[in-house]
Amino acid sequence: MVATQANDPSFEGLELELSGLDRLDSGLPSRPSRLRRIVAAVWPKIAAIAIAIFLWQVVVWTGWKPTFLLPGPVATFKAMGTDHHALLQGAATTLERALEGYAIALVIGTLLAIAVTRLTLLRTAVTPLITGLQTMPSVAWVPMAILLFGLKPSAILFVTVLGSAPALAIGTIAGIDAVPPLLHRAGQILGARGIDRYRYVVLPGALPGYVTGMKQGWAFAWRSVMAGELIDQITGHPSLGILLATYQDQSLAPDMFGVIVTVLIIGLVLDGLVFSQLERAVLRRRGLLATGH
Amino acid sequence: MSIGHQPVTASTEQEAPRVIRAPAVALRGVSKAFGYAGDRVWALDEISLEVGKGEFVCLVGASGCGKSTLLNLIAGLEKATAGTVERPGGDAALMFQDAALFPWLTVSRNVDLALRLRKVPKPQRAARVAELLELVHLEDFANRRPHELSGGMRSRVALARALAQERNVLLMDEPFGALDAITRDLLHDELERVWREANLAVVFVTHNVREAVRLGDRVILLSSRPGRVAEEFLINLPRPREANAPELANYATVITNRLREEVRRHGSDAGE
Repeated sequence: MVATQANDPSFEGLELELSGLDRLDSGLPSRPSRLRRIVAAVWPKIAAIAIAIFLWQVVVWTGWKPTFLLPGPVATFKAMGTDHHALLQGAATTLERALEGYAIALVIGTLLAIAVTRLTLLRTAVTPLITGLQTMPSVAWVPMAILLFGLKPSAILFVTVLGSAPALAIGTIAGIDAVPPLLHRAGQILGARGIDRYRYVVLPGALPGYVTGMKQGWAFAWRSVMAGELIDQITGHPSLGILLATYQDQSLAPDMFGVIVTVLIIGLVLDGLVFSQLERAVLRRRGLLATGH
Repeated sequence: MSIGHQPVTASTEQEAPRVIRAPAVALRGVSKAFGYAGDRVWALDEISLEVGKGEFVCLVGASGCGKSTLLNLIAGLEKATAGTVERPGGDAALMFQDAALFPWLTVSRNVDLALRLRKVPKPQRAARVAELLELVHLEDFANRRPHELSGGMRSRVALARALAQERNVLLMDEPFGALDAITRDLLHDELERVWREANLAVVFVTHNVREAVRLGDRVILLSSRPGRVAEEFLINLPRPREANAPELANYATVITNRLREEVRRHGSDAGE
């Protein structure tokens, strides 16, 4: 019996019982192999893309618009092949601008969020502003940016930062607010004060919300950079925005579609391979991801 | 580390005479109110009690007796409205109702954090973490994360983490409340052993009278709304104790009856 064994002064019985309970309690399902998981995660996406391309083709077949206005997938992919040099160069420029703006927004958004969660007055004052900024369409900033910075890359950077920082701040604030009060108290009792409190309790606790904010912030940065490039056309810097506008001017529909597909691909790849993976990794480590996903 | 307990013999009625120990925690006339002037609610009223060094004291009471508030006051997380809280035994470690482990850290990192925040140098930390995990029999689970453990295992990690704070006083706020009965019984044995080895003063809050009698040198019954010391019971039973011992049940019956009396008092109040 439990009680009599526990009276054994050596506590060997207790040790055995504890480890017995532990074994019973902590049975974990084994994770399927890496290849299996990748295949299971990838094939539905590929199927969805194939269906989307097929639907596009169906619309072209119906003859709704002449093919010089609405080219089919084949013509578009061919044009992409011919233009691949310009596309790659343009993608590099645009991506660099987006990442630069995103990095600045990351710093501003994070610091803003920490300030807001620390100071109640600031929170009351600026939270509606941040939310308002997030609903503002990026294109609406471009004329002002051109007035302030001229037809220069800094104008595009300005628009990108303005587009991305609010989403990052909102995500971070939500993340910090979501840290359970019990963990704050645990940190306090363990002696985590000042910087230590942020380093060991607040920031790691806020990480799931932060990563969601990072993901959203990236989506906004990518959109904003495209808006900026379409309007603020800086000559001599071949970017995706410029290519898009140029092909439209020259009525090169397949080439223009090729740029759109490129923009889409970059967006999908970064979200799917970088941010979504990061988010899942964070959630899985904390047991917040249902098994089998 | 002296253990200072008599060997178990089935017929012992009493232990060696109770030693008067120097206090590790002393509360004098402590009251605590919540809310603002004009609309104050008194959670605790004139509580005076001492917990000796190395003593295991259990606080029992029905809802609204201010058990958790009392622990927060001893821990220094809240300030008393009146009266003094002294801790001659130094600062206290605290174990919460829920294990309150950091879900992003592994078991060993959770324990390690307590050492790290005390600025223990790195080379010593790893050895101490291993030692503590061994003490709570979790050395095989060092690299697991809290969500991969059962409730009982999480409680033991929390215990190891609290011990890593190297305090002389350990406060426990219904730490086993959410566990199943089998696990709880085992954890009582475990806690009793760890307490004896570490020579801690423990203040253990629970609403479970059996648990209080199983563990405490003394059981303090608190009345509710506001919390006052209603009665104090000396549990004169040899250790290690057996959960199902009839003497233990006798104590539990007496205390439960007294507790019911307190609860009934509130029933008649409501009728007025």
